[in-house]
Amino acid sequence: MSQLLEAFAWIGDPTRWSGPGGIPVRLAEHLWYTALGVAIAALIAVPVGLYVGHSHRARGLTVAISGAARALPTLGLVTLFGLWFGIGLTAPILAFVVLAIPSLLAGAYSACESVDPDTVDAARAQGMTEWQILTRVEVPLGMPLLISGLRLAVVQVVATVMLASYIGNGGLGRFIFLGLNLQDYPQMLGGSILVVALALVLDVLLRLLERGISPRGAARV
Amino acid sequence: MIRFDHVGKTYPDGTTAVEDFSLTVDSHASVVLVGTSGSGKTTLMRMVNRMVDPTSGRVLIDDEDVAAMDPVKLRRRIGYVMQASGLLPHRTVAENVATVPHLEGVSRRRSRSRALALLEMVGLDHKLGDRYPSQLSGGQQQRVGVARALAADPNILLMDEPFGAVDPIVRAELQKELLRLQSELGKTILFVTHDIDEAFLLGEKVVILKPGGVVAQEGTPSQILADPADDFVETFVGSGRGKRALHLEEVDGRQVVVDESGRPTGVLHAAPESRS
Ligand SMILES: Nc1ncnc2c1ncn2[C@@H]1O[C@H](COP(=O)(O)OP(=O)(O)OP(=O)(O)O)[C@@H](O)[C@H]1O
Ligand SMILES: [Mg+2]
Repeated sequence: MSQLLEAFAWIGDPTRWSGPGGIPVRLAEHLWYTALGVAIAALIAVPVGLYVGHSHRARGLTVAISGAARALPTLGLVTLFGLWFGIGLTAPILAFVVLAIPSLLAGAYSACESVDPDTVDAARAQGMTEWQILTRVEVPLGMPLLISGLRLAVVQVVATVMLASYIGNGGLGRFIFLGLNLQDYPQMLGGSILVVALALVLDVLLRLLERGISPRGAARV
Repeated sequence: MIRFDHVGKTYPDGTTAVEDFSLTVDSHASVVLVGTSGSGKTTLMRMVNRMVDPTSGRVLIDDEDVAAMDPVKLRRRIGYVMQASGLLPHRTVAENVATVPHLEGVSRRRSRSRALALLEMVGLDHKLGDRYPSQLSGGQQQRVGVARALAADPNILLMDEPFGAVDPIVRAELQKELLRLQSELGKTILFVTHDIDEAFLLGEKVVILKPGGVVAQEGTPSQILADPADDFVETFVGSGRGKRALHLEEVDGRQVVVDESGRPTGVLHAAPESRS
């Protein structure tokens, strides 16, 4: 209990909230790594997922690949990529991309699949092109599922980004690994609390977005 | 004019929905395909707008093979009303009606005012235009489906059991409305139903289908009623028995029409005096 109090005292210490190694800078780095990893993953996974969901092609393959990606241990990946690319941001970001892809992929294809096939059929019969069906029917109606995939990816990555510090980068993980090395447990615990709090805040924000974005006519159950 | 020229359809899973079907639907005529469930009606109808491609034979519109046409362009100039209204749940009623004009680049304002006019035309208050489909009754949704099909002023209307999911009273209303619209607009209508009464009411020509898209009989309602081609048609039409074999009985000095099982179905009045 007293350790927890000390951790909060560590967080509350005003000197930690300024300077180049302060909490705001580490927090910004942490968010930046998260955004970078999720954004690159989204660039790959969302188009592929939408294609799979819209065309019903290669679904089994996609599920298998994302299942395999889910099974990979992220720490192992960071270490492996670290050996490969050396110290720096490339290795951890690559690992976060691998971590984020399955959720984003599943969100994207289930977004398309969640749309009533009769609605899609009707849109096609009215003379919409496949692209118009995707962008004007499937994406808007599946948006909540798409955002939910994004939320899962963000929460997973934000909790894992501390591993970036493990091979010499910034982020809130710095406090954790520094505390570990110095046996400074309040610092270590303080860093962990900040990571958890950040994950919770992002989760809530994205849940709100998910709810706010669900299409109006479809909201009524 | 729509012409089915020896069309057949075998689905990839091996089901033969239609074997060998030919039919001509004249311009401005209304033809009804009627048959039991699974007889291939929907399959045939969807060949016209290329939602289904026949595996043999051709479908021609004004002597042009639809297989050579761009499906997107083709579909935009054919109105299609389906059983489950198929409205986009995230678009308002007016936006739904304006779907095709909007796709064709008509301005938002013009397509909206056209949509509202169409709503009035199918008997809906234009105030419903700003609602979402889920806020309408089933009958209202079907009317919106009809309005949407008419939005691009197509020459051809395909209607696949459009009134199948509404109660009999609303259904009768919608049928009357369609007859009125047709007398005003003179579209070429291909209509599908499994209700023989609906077929006789709406079709200038009725085609009775057996499973596999086999034509059991084709003709005007009175031809079919008067001279059913075979037992299948006779059973399907219910002539010779059931409610079409009517006779009169006198009850309390009035002529009552009674069906075969003895149930009264109406009272006979003197014919209305012919107007000069
Ligand atoms: N996409 C498909 N794949 C395989 N078989 C199909 C497909 N669509 C229809 N069929 C089969 O083709 C046959 C004709 O179907 P169709 O939908 O044309 O009948 P229908 O006359 O419209 O029936 P209903 O009155 O029930 O709507 C049925 O046996 C049906 O199971
Ligand atoms: Mg059908």
